[in-house]
Amino acid sequence: MAWEIVVGIESHTQLLTRSKMFSGAANAFGAAPNTQASAVDIALPGTLPVANLAAIEHAIRFGLAVQGRISARSVFARKNYFYPDLPKGYQISQYEIPIVQGGTVRFFVDKAEKSIRLTRAHLEEDAGKSLHENFTDLSGIDLNRAGTPLLEIVTEPELRGAKEAVAYARALHALVVWIGICDGNMQEGSFRCDANVSVRKIGDEELGTRCEIKNLNSFRFMEQAIEFEARRQIEILQDGGSIEQQTRLYDADRNETRPMRSKEDAQDYRYFPDPDLLPLVITEADIERIGASMPELPEQKRKRYAEKFDLPAYDVSLLTESREKANYFEQSLAAGFAAVTPKLAANWLNGEIASKMNDENLAFAALPVSPEGFAKLLSRVQDGTISQKAAKDVLTEMWAGQRDPDSVIAAKGLKQISDSGAIEKIVDEVLAANAKQVEDYRAGKEKAFNSLVGQVMKRSQGKANPAQVNETMRRKLAG
Amino acid sequence: MLNSTLSALGAALAAKQVSAVELTGLFLARIRALDGKLNAFITVDEEHSLAQARVADERRSHGAAGPLTGIPVAHKDIYCTRGLRTTCGSRMLAAYTSPYDAHVIERFDAAGAIQLGKTNMDEFAMGSSNETSHFGPVRNPWDTARVPGGSSGGSAAAVAARMAPAATGTDTGGSIRQPAALSGVSGLKPTYGVVSRYGMIAFASSLDQGGPLAKSAADLALLMNTMAGFDARDSTSLERPAEDYGRELNLNLAGLRIGLPKEYFGDGLEPDVRACVREATRWFEGQGAKMIEITLPNTALAVPVYYVIAPAEASSNLSRFDGVRYGHRAGEYADLAEMYRRTRAEGFGTEVKRRILIGTYVLSHGYYDAYYLQAQRARRLIAKDFAEAFARCDLIMGPTSPTTAFALGAKADDPVQMYLNDIFTIPAPLAGLPGLSIPCGFDATGLPVGLQIMGDYFAEAKMLGAAHRYQQATDWHLRAAREAPL
Repeated sequence: MAWEIVVGIESHTQLLTRSKMFSGAANAFGAAPNTQASAVDIALPGTLPVANLAAIEHAIRFGLAVQGRISARSVFARKNYFYPDLPKGYQISQYEIPIVQGGTVRFFVDKAEKSIRLTRAHLEEDAGKSLHENFTDLSGIDLNRAGTPLLEIVTEPELRGAKEAVAYARALHALVVWIGICDGNMQEGSFRCDANVSVRKIGDEELGTRCEIKNLNSFRFMEQAIEFEARRQIEILQDGGSIEQQTRLYDADRNETRPMRSKEDAQDYRYFPDPDLLPLVITEADIERIGASMPELPEQKRKRYAEKFDLPAYDVSLLTESREKANYFEQSLAAGFAAVTPKLAANWLNGEIASKMNDENLAFAALPVSPEGFAKLLSRVQDGTISQKAAKDVLTEMWAGQRDPDSVIAAKGLKQISDSGAIEKIVDEVLAANAKQVEDYRAGKEKAFNSLVGQVMKRSQGKANPAQVNETMRRKLAG
Repeated sequence: MLNSTLSALGAALAAKQVSAVELTGLFLARIRALDGKLNAFITVDEEHSLAQARVADERRSHGAAGPLTGIPVAHKDIYCTRGLRTTCGSRMLAAYTSPYDAHVIERFDAAGAIQLGKTNMDEFAMGSSNETSHFGPVRNPWDTARVPGGSSGGSAAAVAARMAPAATGTDTGGSIRQPAALSGVSGLKPTYGVVSRYGMIAFASSLDQGGPLAKSAADLALLMNTMAGFDARDSTSLERPAEDYGRELNLNLAGLRIGLPKEYFGDGLEPDVRACVREATRWFEGQGAKMIEITLPNTALAVPVYYVIAPAEASSNLSRFDGVRYGHRAGEYADLAEMYRRTRAEGFGTEVKRRILIGTYVLSHGYYDAYYLQAQRARRLIAKDFAEAFARCDLIMGPTSPTTAFALGAKADDPVQMYLNDIFTIPAPLAGLPGLSIPCGFDATGLPVGLQIMGDYFAEAKMLGAAHRYQQATDWHLRAAREAPL
């Protein structure tokens, strides 16, 4: 029997703001416990929340980026529950009317473009942290994180399987970083996802009973957790059992999910509009102003690249993985080396540069080669000065600190022989010395041709322009 | 001097007839003499007050004095003060000192007023008799067997007994006006949003509003000039140009349209209260004011609506008192749940628990629509009543409370009877409207009666003007309380 895995993702995106969602305390990671918690964050008696405009603007940016509806009027609500790291005994969130409703995120799975509808995105504040290590018989409470602005982004249950869910989450992560509303640092918890997973027989209309999996702090864990959870549910159903609606925690060490709480002990959060905060009113003028400050979005870039540069969709999707990469691409094309084609730049960026960055875990900001240097190097490939292979060596030198590709080429003697007379001379020598192979080739053995070319390259110490060698060799052999 | 108005005290200070230190000492001595039997104060720190008075004298000698520089003001123990502990009348905060000052406190400090002490109050402002305080009931200076009203009962009693020339209070459903009426002083609840709630410990956020209590309407105007003002730390604070609340003290009463809501003069009103209020409105009529019979048809909804909305907000506002970060924490517990349970069981009194339970219930899944949302709808009806009334009249007058001060313990075991005592004060805050109460006579047993004056949004100056004109013609507000003779 074939099963379909249905996934919905809730992402908690910490918004990149100077201060917290409802207080003036600094919004920064890594300070000593409780040093970045103000009277409001600690919820001292008499303190009141004031909504952070920067966070609201970030939420609007997100709404515009996913083409969601920005609510003209949204409402902050209190979600009431007791927990030691929740200082007020309630979390200020948005419940009935979120700031962003609907929207779509597009992403690629195995080179195929897909899209997912968003249910909503709403503003809320983060809780503090309970620290169970370093204490015996006690728990520590660190309220530095309390009040950090979050945008909770919720999808419809329309993702099919772990791979698709992860591809969406990666695309969303890239998007929130792209538009500058989140630093995307998953180790520090800036971007956290929960997955709602259910399974059903293919063809069924009804959704199965879902379980929510928490604590997915990397894309790899997300994929493993969803796969594990789907297998678990399928096994239960195949054995004739039924799924209990639960919140489950993913344990990366054991690669399994285990129950945290079931629907029966779900809390009644007693949501109601927060009387300390006025409804959030957003005007068309606000939206227009913020829209004008938005960078070109990945999708807009993709469309432009495909049209203007005639690049394949997959190349384009890789180029637009991050705003930095796209900018690097554009800067290298604009560096004044007319010979550099978009396809050549794309191939190198997605190939050699990407793999070097990956090896060294580098970000574009830390790239040792400038877009201008990169463009100049490519122009030397394009105009035949060096071979692709030699260019890789030059790139390695540039990576190590050499700025000018021309001086590397000169110093290492990598310049190609493109002088037709010189090439013809070497070809003649090789043909004269290899009568057997010439005979084989003329008898129809294509392999013999490659061997002859190889000998030319060897004699030229790899410097002969391969295209020219090929062309000359064919001409001579035909003649 | 004990019975002087604030402007008279200011004049005496300016003329160097008395220093701020002497004046403060005078009131501190009065507190020492009387508060043993009245229990109006929770915290008095004489050294703290006198130190502030010395600074005020210094300031005056530099010619940098304002109208309140050197004037002692008592503060309801709901306002956070760095210099004095802030208990909110609760065991939960019995040993709590705030690391910051409330906006209202900052304003009084900036004006050079002296913090005379922190006044007793119903626990977390929940009560109409001052009997729910962890620090014991306040006694009415007119009859110590009776309550002073609540929840700002300590502030009302302190002013009534002339232990303080003025005091701050807060009003959620009548907590300034009702104790002002029952204790024979003047008290104003401003329009919602006029006085910042920052540093005022929250009871019901959409209703809570700070305001002054004093002997006279003119004094209230002076205090409002200091208390009111925009504060960016309170999102519900209104950003409006500064106003002089005393600008209409010479209000021309001729032609003033005064609405008399028939619902405020029905059954349940004590005959003596009715007689005093009628006498007062007749005085206004004699000055040329026009009396207009009006109706506020949804008045009967006010108490039930209030007892859904206020407890709902309170149940959430009081969640922060969990023993984790500050305030009372139970001494012994096996785990987190028990720590919460015991801390809150020990830290809160009966009335607070009752309201937390009601509030939790009405916000619960499955009940929210029937209670909370329904109450919000009814709240809008009450506001609409007033909007229609103020289309026809300038001010509304009626009794502040249906009764005069009742005996200690008389209603302590019957919460519904206690709640009904606020029937005339609850509608205004539900609509966010201002209201004040001034003394307008005495019942047959000599207990003070309060006249309530309500106005449209931001009509405080006009309300104070009407009250001041009345007080120029009467002396109810200057009479010394029986058990606190001058």
